[in-house]
Amino acid sequence: MLRWILGGREAQGSVEKNPVLFIGEEQPKNWFTELQVLKGHFDIVRFLVQIDDFRFASAGDDGLVLVWNVETGERLLELRGHSQQITAMTAYTHTSGENTHTSLITASSDRTLSLWDPETGNRVQTVSDLQSSVKCLLVLERLCVWVSGGNELCVWNRDFQLQCQSHLVSQGISATVELPKNCIAASCILYEPLCCPCISSEPRLTMSTGSRLSVAEVRRLSDHQDSIHALININDGLFASGSHVGELILWDAVDWTIMAYEHILWEESQTDTQAEIRLAAPKPSEMSIQQLTSDGELMVAAVGSGLYVYSVITKSVVAYRKTAHDSNVLHTMLLPDGGLMSCSEDGSVRIWEMQDLLLPAEPASAGFFGMWTFGRSNKQAGPPVKKVLELPSLRTLELTGDLIGHSGAVQMFVSFGEKGLVTCSTDHLLIAWKNRERESHLRSLALFRKLEENGGL
Amino acid sequence: MIGAPDVVAFTKEDDFGEVGYPNPWVVPEEFSVPLFPSNNNANPWAKTSYAKFTKDFILISEFSEQVGPQPLLTIPDDPKVFGTFDLNYFSLRIMSVDYQASFVGHPTGSGYPRLSFVEDSRVVLGDSKEGAFAYVHHLTLYDLEARGFVRPFCMAYVSADERKIMLQFQELSLLFSRASECLKTGNRRAFARELQRKLRDLEYTRSVLQKEEGLQREAGPQGCYSARAVDKANELAAMEKSIYEHRDLLRQITSYPLRPRRDPHAAHCQHCVTESQRHRDAPPGPDRDTGEEAGQRRQSYTPQLIKGKSAKCFAKRLKNLTELCEERFYEATVELLNHTERCFRGDLCYLYTRRLDRALRRKQNITNFLFEEELGEEEEEVAVLGRIFCSLNHTVGTDSHIHTPSIVLCPEPPESVEVLEVNPPCPDNSAQQSEALTGEERLESSLSDLTMETQDQESSEENKDSFSSDRSGGEEEEEGREGGDQTPVFLLEAEEGGEGETHRVCEREGEAEGVFNRKREGEAEGVFNGEREGEAGVLGREEGGAGREEGGAETEEGGAETEEGGAETEEGGAETEEGGAETEEGGAETEEGGAETEEGGAETEEGDGQRVPDPELLVQMDTACCMSQEGFLYNSSPPDTLPASGLQPGSLPLPLVVNQEPQALLPVQGDYGLGSPHCPSPGAGLDLPVSSSGDTTSRGSDQDGWDCTMSASTGSERAGSPLGYGGLVTLRQKKRAGQGALRFVRQYPFALHALWSLLSGRTLVVLGSEEGRVRRLVSALALYVPGPGRCGERVQPWLSCPFSLTDLQRWKLIGLQRMASPVGTSMLCSLSRYSRYISVLDADRKTLRCPGYRGTLLANVADHRTRLRRGSTYFLHLQNVLSRLASRAFLLSFTHHLHLPISHLEQRQEVEERTRGFLRDQLRLGEDDCSILMYLSQLITQHYLDSTSGGAVTTQPHLEKDNTPGTTQQDLELVA
Repeated sequence: MLRWILGGREAQGSVEKNPVLFIGEEQPKNWFTELQVLKGHFDIVRFLVQIDDFRFASAGDDGLVLVWNVETGERLLELRGHSQQITAMTAYTHTSGENTHTSLITASSDRTLSLWDPETGNRVQTVSDLQSSVKCLLVLERLCVWVSGGNELCVWNRDFQLQCQSHLVSQGISATVELPKNCIAASCILYEPLCCPCISSEPRLTMSTGSRLSVAEVRRLSDHQDSIHALININDGLFASGSHVGELILWDAVDWTIMAYEHILWEESQTDTQAEIRLAAPKPSEMSIQQLTSDGELMVAAVGSGLYVYSVITKSVVAYRKTAHDSNVLHTMLLPDGGLMSCSEDGSVRIWEMQDLLLPAEPASAGFFGMWTFGRSNKQAGPPVKKVLELPSLRTLELTGDLIGHSGAVQMFVSFGEKGLVTCSTDHLLIAWKNRERESHLRSLALFRKLEENGGL
Repeated sequence: MIGAPDVVAFTKEDDFGEVGYPNPWVVPEEFSVPLFPSNNNANPWAKTSYAKFTKDFILISEFSEQVGPQPLLTIPDDPKVFGTFDLNYFSLRIMSVDYQASFVGHPTGSGYPRLSFVEDSRVVLGDSKEGAFAYVHHLTLYDLEARGFVRPFCMAYVSADERKIMLQFQELSLLFSRASECLKTGNRRAFARELQRKLRDLEYTRSVLQKEEGLQREAGPQGCYSARAVDKANELAAMEKSIYEHRDLLRQITSYPLRPRRDPHAAHCQHCVTESQRHRDAPPGPDRDTGEEAGQRRQSYTPQLIKGKSAKCFAKRLKNLTELCEERFYEATVELLNHTERCFRGDLCYLYTRRLDRALRRKQNITNFLFEEELGEEEEEVAVLGRIFCSLNHTVGTDSHIHTPSIVLCPEPPESVEVLEVNPPCPDNSAQQSEALTGEERLESSLSDLTMETQDQESSEENKDSFSSDRSGGEEEEEGREGGDQTPVFLLEAEEGGEGETHRVCEREGEAEGVFNRKREGEAEGVFNGEREGEAGVLGREEGGAGREEGGAETEEGGAETEEGGAETEEGGAETEEGGAETEEGGAETEEGGAETEEGGAETEEGDGQRVPDPELLVQMDTACCMSQEGFLYNSSPPDTLPASGLQPGSLPLPLVVNQEPQALLPVQGDYGLGSPHCPSPGAGLDLPVSSSGDTTSRGSDQDGWDCTMSASTGSERAGSPLGYGGLVTLRQKKRAGQGALRFVRQYPFALHALWSLLSGRTLVVLGSEEGRVRRLVSALALYVPGPGRCGERVQPWLSCPFSLTDLQRWKLIGLQRMASPVGTSMLCSLSRYSRYISVLDADRKTLRCPGYRGTLLANVADHRTRLRRGSTYFLHLQNVLSRLASRAFLLSFTHHLHLPISHLEQRQEVEERTRGFLRDQLRLGEDDCSILMYLSQLITQHYLDSTSGGAVTTQPHLEKDNTPGTTQQDLELVA
């Protein structure tokens, strides 16, 4: 397509690598027809947190936290205070009476934790001199406490008082998930090759009578073969974790047993001649589960540059696409209309639709990924049995639209429903994607309002 | 009983006819045009007369008491304007119509000479033999040495078209009244100052006489007066009388603004009136300027002894116009007249069209930002027309404008220093103003203590020894003449004559320099034309036959010497319209030019003062007395060539020129070659400081707009400025771009699609390796960018780094450099990444990649087989189409039911459906055309929201994606 511009073939490959995935400008189902660039950061933007239905905060490597209005694209506040990059950010909503108030908790590499008021921009609380920088934050609303995970797991109350802390393991905590069983939190420990193969532990948070909290490790789940990248809650009874080598394990949230185990292999096992080489040095990222999303029924795993939709109910693969993006998928989201949205290091956001497969002659075969299904009873029992997928249940992911605007990897996005979508990227930009028709309608309304104020032209 | 129909018939005219129901089909007043008298289907453009001049000009003439009517100055100051037209003869004609035979001497019953405050008179006269018609504005200036203190002048707007003058009489009258008012104000000030000086001289003489008389009385026997003593006493009495008369004159001239005016146009600024009233009422106290400064001035000025002799009438040298008025008032007047000339350039039809255009654009100020240039300066021009002009610049708003260049142009006159001591220091503009204000004040105060301004010494001293002694007012003159008391001091007279001659020789020299400069300019112009021709030729060769004739046309324009007649209506039109804008834009430059001119004037003056009368010149005194016929011509040139040449007499102009950057000459040539009066003095460009040459360079190259690439690439600061215009995008540049646009349309069959991209808000990237070509294309295509911004902010003519998404939002038209370096590949990556937001026009391979257009709206602006040949014609055609688009978009934006739900139940989708239906069924537009209107409408909406919110909220521009559902747009790759 761009051959005439390029005059050669050197840069062409990247464009025409996935001809199947190239979708033209004709995207009738993509309603993000207008974009607004939000400038303000001057380094990679990594985190987006929705504050309420029109505000959100963004943070990244420049240590800045910016609060935006998604409707106008206005930058509302600039929260300065962290001297180094921000490593985690979460919204902290607490209800006092009938009014709820949302604050922001940020953690930075300068080993500080801060609580911000997004109404005034004040830094309400600060904790500095932490022993290690915090990698993840988790708010336990039921207990009115929040948990920070770094090299140690700390529990804080609303007033930033350290309740308790525990050195679970020597390695850092990268993700935490609240589990239903009372006072139980799960954390996921980064894999370190030199130590024991894999560690997954479940500290139990117990509340003693004197309103003192203590945290203690209950059990380690060490079923992953490699470091765990993703850990999510699916519903009250299930949580899931994904590892670097493509293992996806569904856990029972109550008794921490393996509900299902999938090993996503893609096609490496199938390739014949080059298999030796490929297997010898498989690109680690190809199967790495970067991120997991779930709406309770379906679970989406970002596997390498592909997408993988797994039904929690049937415990089977619903749809997949091996090369959904040109590069690693970084973030995914299930859309309310059954669609799927993903963003990737290639700088694009893609919108997918799960369509029933019309043609049974789907090129996918069992070889695309191996699947082992474990019942609750036979966990860790015997060599996994390779099963051929039931084709009728398999659906395809069809690309219905893509959002191209960022020139760097799209780190994350946050959806505001029909108000639009905000993406953040390594190119220091945020982009608000909106529906042009809706926006122009709103603008017209504003015009007539103004006209009325002015008393005519 | 009267039947109802009768009643209706009876009352229709006055009762029902106009009450609240204006006929919608009647054209409003401001849009009406007087009908052309359709006699015998005459061609309205046919030359109505066989005038010897090619275009209208303004002639300033004087009825000299020495030589009779003589032309002084033409505007534009260019001999080829009036060609072979006999200015002397025409001066005779116009001055003979209303020669103000003002009253001289004593009116009956009054003992003192009265100044006759003659109102200006305005007549239209024609000379059918010459084919010239003129609006003639007579005015009278005061001169202490002139007969009856008056010098009759007239300013005439000379045109070959009688109707033009008749129909534009009101406007002409207004503008000329302003110029006249300016001139007269300056003259009053100069006159008052002269009177003061004279008074001081007289008082000094009186004191000397008193002393002498006292001596004689003491010397002589008591009670017996010698004849000499009686003589002295008489002389003293005459001196007393003279002093009294002069005081009275001064009082008269000072109270001038207070007198009632009959002239409706010459209404006075209220400020002036109150000022002078205040000063009249306040007793002139000596406390005004006492102290050391007065003392200093007393020291620095030594009053002259006035001889009670009168010189021969023809032996004196009359003041020229510049001396009659203060320098800056004179220049302001010339500037005003220049402006007037620009205002009325073009034929009647053009003037009407322009007026209509302005009136229309004022009406649609909401959509003007889309395709029209700023109305601002023209708006003001119109406003000024109706405003009372105050030459002292009391009116707020005039100060920054060209009409009052006295503010802008003049370096602070030295007098203002002393004034500033009286008044608190104020910013530049108001300093002038206050200076002007206190002018009156000063008159009063100096009346009381009779101190002189030292500043005037320089200019007046030379006159003083020579001829102010000759005539101490009209009365003495009369006496002298009547009494035949002609005992001229020969030496003095000779000196005077010599001085006059010297002066004139200087002038001649100045003129010679002027001519020389002109010649040089001509040369340079030739070179310049040659370059342009060459380039045009290259272009022509490159781009085929289409380009060639335009190249020719451009050469013609550049040449202009020969073209003036035919191309004038169009080219001149263009220039006229943009005149205001141009001067506005080049405000700084004008300023500099003005300053420079002023400087030049000062220098010349200095030179005069320093110049010792040459013995050789003394010989020529006889000829100095009676001016020869060619003396007229020389005399006509000094007022303009002197300040204009700006060169010190005696210094060679050549090194000065060489010191300049070569391009500093270009703008002048551009103007000159195009017959534009922007620089009235051909030498004005010569003395421009080097620092300003950047500006002039850019401006000069902007003027040709299309073929400026060579100089463009050398100017480094231009690359940053949008469009390379460096300032406001003027209409003239747009018209220039029209040529390029026409060429583009004719050369590329796919132009239609490119235009659609621009008009529907899709950024167009012009990719090319050659900067000149890309810049040309961009400046041509910039015409189609909706809402390009005042300075072309939405257009980036030359970009050599990869662009980002924000750039796409900022710029709607980008010229991009194709490079082979790694930067180039990353640039191409960004091109391919954002390919859905942009259309790419490859200037090197002549390909276009963009969605295809299947609409009808743009068909006739992008017809590559168009019959249009001239760029400016195409530009007007394009403006026509675009303004229709804009008005439709306005309709779309501001129609309630297209955007607001009719009922509460209605959803957004239904409203949108109605809008689509409106576009489809009522406007009969296809999908692609709808997208144009939608885009324009959106721009209008945003503009309206932004502009009325005071600019506090800066909504960022949105970028649209062209994936409107329902259309099947595929990218076209088109090859020319």
